[in-house]
Amino acid sequence: MSVTASLAPAGLPQDATGSARIDHLVMLNLVEPGSRVLDVGCGDGSLLALLRDRRGVDGRGIELSREGVNACLAHGLPVIQGDADTDLAAYPDDAFDYVILSQTIQATRQPKEVLEHLLRIGQRAIVSFPNFGHWRVRSELLLRGRMPVTDTLPDPWYATPNIHHCTIRDFVGLCRLVGARIERASALDASGHPMRFALPWWVWNLVGTQGVFLLRRG
Amino acid sequence: MATPLLKPGPDSASQAVEPTSPVAHFGADEALAMDAGVDLAPWQIAYQTAGTLNEARSNAVLVCHALTGDQHVVNTHPVTGKPGWWDRLVGPGKPVDTDRYFVICANVVGSCMGTTGPASLNPATGRAYGLDFPLVTIRDMVRGQAMLLDRLGIKDLFLCIGGSMGGMQVLQWAASYPERVFAAMPIATGARHSAQNIAFHEVGRQAILADPNWHGGRYLDVGTRPAKGLGVARMGAHITYLSEPALHRKFGRRLQDRDAPTFSFDADFQIESYLRHQGITFVERFDANAYLYLTRAMDYFDLAADHGGVLANAFRGTRTRFCIMSFTSDWLFPTADSRAIVHALNAAAAPVAFVEVESDKGHDAFLLDEPAMISAAKGFIAAAARERGL
Repeated sequence: MSVTASLAPAGLPQDATGSARIDHLVMLNLVEPGSRVLDVGCGDGSLLALLRDRRGVDGRGIELSREGVNACLAHGLPVIQGDADTDLAAYPDDAFDYVILSQTIQATRQPKEVLEHLLRIGQRAIVSFPNFGHWRVRSELLLRGRMPVTDTLPDPWYATPNIHHCTIRDFVGLCRLVGARIERASALDASGHPMRFALPWWVWNLVGTQGVFLLRRG
Repeated sequence: MATPLLKPGPDSASQAVEPTSPVAHFGADEALAMDAGVDLAPWQIAYQTAGTLNEARSNAVLVCHALTGDQHVVNTHPVTGKPGWWDRLVGPGKPVDTDRYFVICANVVGSCMGTTGPASLNPATGRAYGLDFPLVTIRDMVRGQAMLLDRLGIKDLFLCIGGSMGGMQVLQWAASYPERVFAAMPIATGARHSAQNIAFHEVGRQAILADPNWHGGRYLDVGTRPAKGLGVARMGAHITYLSEPALHRKFGRRLQDRDAPTFSFDADFQIESYLRHQGITFVERFDANAYLYLTRAMDYFDLAADHGGVLANAFRGTRTRFCIMSFTSDWLFPTADSRAIVHALNAAAAPVAFVEVESDKGHDAFLLDEPAMISAAKGFIAAAARERGL
């Protein structure tokens, strides 16, 4: 596995981050100022707003829920109510510098096709997802024989929007399958902070609660 | 025994020639160049305004009305006495806030509420134009509105907003005058009229043409009105504005003022009686020939065809902010039509927002009290105002 660099400067100062989510701040550091960004599954637009305000990004969003779209509209963010599985096909090649898929790929029906679209539409893709290989997840299944409920996977099995769980290792395999080059990668620990880059890959897969990847077409 | 449709009344005819609203007159040297190849002159456009134009002239909002709408968007209608047709969205404290913005709504070219159309007097003959009026397009309507704005000294619009045929005008504005539109909100509309919609319009037109009182379009000369034909046209169209669930909720199969069917063609069902009422009241306020012309204008609308078949080309390089809105139960302009616009705007790298409002009220939802529509519009317009420094 060729992970070339860690994502964020270790120990991001907490007080400088305001109330922003740490995984959002990690992504913020991956995006060049002034670039064009599409955030797929953008929720209430908080990452887009952060990118606009801190990086001068020209951001767009896609969001399934009307509540999310309305929150985005109120913040002046151009967001389309739509579905990643069906709407990405309508975007032309190379339309954006970055396409972000934050905590959404596990809820798509066709993660492989979605990832291929990301790499087609954007020069780069940024993908984050809950790591199903985390030890808590593994132990819930192994020891208790139950579908895991954790901070990053908070819903019970019958109510989860997530249909395609994967581990960090699985995701790296998918990247290889679709010919994506991993430019940078990181795992976030239980408190959401980037883990030390020097740690071996299997540690990330075991103790990382989320994976964050910066990808480029192969 | 069928209930007869109403006798022709004088009101819509008088509004066509002498409207109870301001009118901008354009003389022989200020012709409206129409797509049909005719320079229309002299001509006039009737409009209403609300609110105050600020010193920078940066807070103008153009509201574009639908097929049978008019300039009375917030004020009481002079013929029906009803409140403005979009007073849920436009007015003090509403999303299109008349305390903050200067709202203009003009009656479109080809209509019958004071803007030159087939019911207007043809200066060449001294009679109503009738079918001598040139065919009108959505682009002609927009050109006419642009001339009105020039007359009012308004260089560019903060917002251009409208539903259905009004939404077509908004799209045409954004395509024809991108530098004059800061934000655009086309609602429940499409970039072209579908074959199904053309088919419905044709049924309505044929009803008018088949009315013996239509007299080849010269009914105003002989003092009759094709009220039955126009009423039937309206009844048919009205069904397309609603949805099956909405009709069922409102009427079901309930009978009107009786306990059993009469075994006749009387209006036994409430829905029949309702449609007849819609037909009758429409005849009071609308001109049959104008209905022919405006439905045709919608039929001809195809923004992609005007740009080499590629809709995205209509918006190439635009800096206008768009918010597109559709309604789940609208079968006249289904969400797919709005998505086609969104995709084209994406391809043109335009800033575009899109909201599909959950509603069972059909196409008419854009005129009704839909809290989701109102809150989305409020959010988009308020954010655009911030960007514009209003």
